Amino acid sequence: MKDSHYDVAIIGAGMSGLAAGIRLAHFGRKVCIFERHNAPGGLNSFYSLAGRKFDVGLHAMTNYVPPGVKGTPLGKLLRQLRIDREEFALCPQKRSRIAFPGCDLKFTNDFAVLDAEVVAKFPAQADGWRALVQLVRTYDDVSLDARAVSAREIVARHLTDPLLTDMIFCPVMYYGSAQERDMEFGQFVIMFKALFLEGFARPLDGVRVIIRVLLEKFRQAGGERRMKCGVAKIIEQQGRAAVLQLDDGSEITADHVISSIGYPETMTMCQPAHRAEADANTGVLSFVETISAYRQPPAAWGWDDDTIIFFNDSERFDYSRAQELVDPRSGVICFPNNFEYAGAQLPEGLFRVTCLANYGKWAGLPEPEYQAAKAHWLGAMQRSARRFLPPVGDAVLAENLLTTDMFTPRTVRKFTGHLNGAIYGAPRKVRDGRTHLSNLYLCGTDQGFLGIIGAMLSGISMANYHILQKSTS
Amino acid sequence: MTKDECRKLVIDIISDIAPDEDLSAVKPEVRLRDQLQLDSMDFLDIVMELRKRHGIEVPEADYTQLASLDSCAEYLTPKFQAKA
Repeated sequence: MKDSHYDVAIIGAGMSGLAAGIRLAHFGRKVCIFERHNAPGGLNSFYSLAGRKFDVGLHAMTNYVPPGVKGTPLGKLLRQLRIDREEFALCPQKRSRIAFPGCDLKFTNDFAVLDAEVVAKFPAQADGWRALVQLVRTYDDVSLDARAVSAREIVARHLTDPLLTDMIFCPVMYYGSAQERDMEFGQFVIMFKALFLEGFARPLDGVRVIIRVLLEKFRQAGGERRMKCGVAKIIEQQGRAAVLQLDDGSEITADHVISSIGYPETMTMCQPAHRAEADANTGVLSFVETISAYRQPPAAWGWDDDTIIFFNDSERFDYSRAQELVDPRSGVICFPNNFEYAGAQLPEGLFRVTCLANYGKWAGLPEPEYQAAKAHWLGAMQRSARRFLPPVGDAVLAENLLTTDMFTPRTVRKFTGHLNGAIYGAPRKVRDGRTHLSNLYLCGTDQGFLGIIGAMLSGISMANYHILQKSTS
Repeated sequence: MTKDECRKLVIDIISDIAPDEDLSAVKPEVRLRDQLQLDSMDFLDIVMELRKRHGIEVPEADYTQLASLDSCAEYLTPKFQAKA
């Protein structure tokens, strides 16, 4: 006896699974989302520690455009999910910066700022830069059947200065590339638009605001959600995902299954498992993030101009798996305080630093060494990041410090299930979401629309393409 | 169901799908795409909302019939009347 049958079963209650669920439930499908954890959000979630609320994953929501701008991913997403823009309560960034040795490029939600910076600091590159921007603007980045081409190759046709090239790649890679040193050009275009042509914003209360809106829409549409109830196995019969076995041993069936948990993670869950395919497409890029809460806002130390800083201290920017536990040469600083909150403000000052890390090295540490490594790298990463900020004495920061926390590749693995703690998932994306099973589709990170808006659009696109559109023709 | 009522039902659907569009001055004889920012995802939603709310089926081959409010009314009114 099967416990239940659904039109659609969705694995994972992250941004993409929730968005797919809202679409399907809205159009009358009997849909259930299975989530192994007790908290929704997946890669972009939140937690409380000693009465404080922290976001994980999200620094800023990318793809921000002001009200009235149409035809961009944010607008499409709001329409498709019937969400009123006000519900996300988005507050735009102040200003961000790419900080490399001897050169800074500032950018805001107005692309003209970055454009002017590039032209002023790299006058010889101006024509190539403009041509690249024109190509990005006109490129069909959401095509589901585009051929994979190297972003490094295409960008090199337009930019010849290695410093400018690296400075442009640094934020684009840090915010979405699952591939070392290069990325697929379609992915580059998605991120370039999301970061530079569109922009950053954040709700005052962080990512939980967005997750709550999605949960409420899903509930109103009649969707069912089972938390602390992961899918353990996808059992294959006659080329179809015939049965889903849940963590508690019970079984359910569904006409369609959408998996948001990642390509290799889904392949190894299939019975029989497709281990070779999984191994050949498992990401290796993981990150460490430190967060410090202070009594005073960053403005107290002159740190109020920047929202996000992408920094690198080396001659060439090296986006690859860290050789040691952490690679502190480059990273991302985020000040959640530095958004335009229209009079409101966060109760404490927050300083977040993210660097590339090595999953294997972190995973192999015995507990005492793991704790010691966290303490060591917390300090080392913040010192590295502070080289790119107005100077403040160690004693001043120490006096104001309320608490710190940190996530490592081990934390990522534990809470997201991503193999190798690979936040951005598999290096090769599956744009059309198809798998070897006729009724099993991928959405989310490994389908390949990036950022949280991209993740939601991925869930929407896969639900439309594989399920809703099919039944209208 | 009159053609006027039919146009109103389509406008209701569009206003839910695209609340950021100003629908107060939509010209019924002009293609919707030429006066509003509606993409293929939005048109698919019009079709799906017609089915969800009114039980009206629009096969893919007939999507072009939904180009303007007038053509919508022309094509959909008989379908509504057949249901009544």
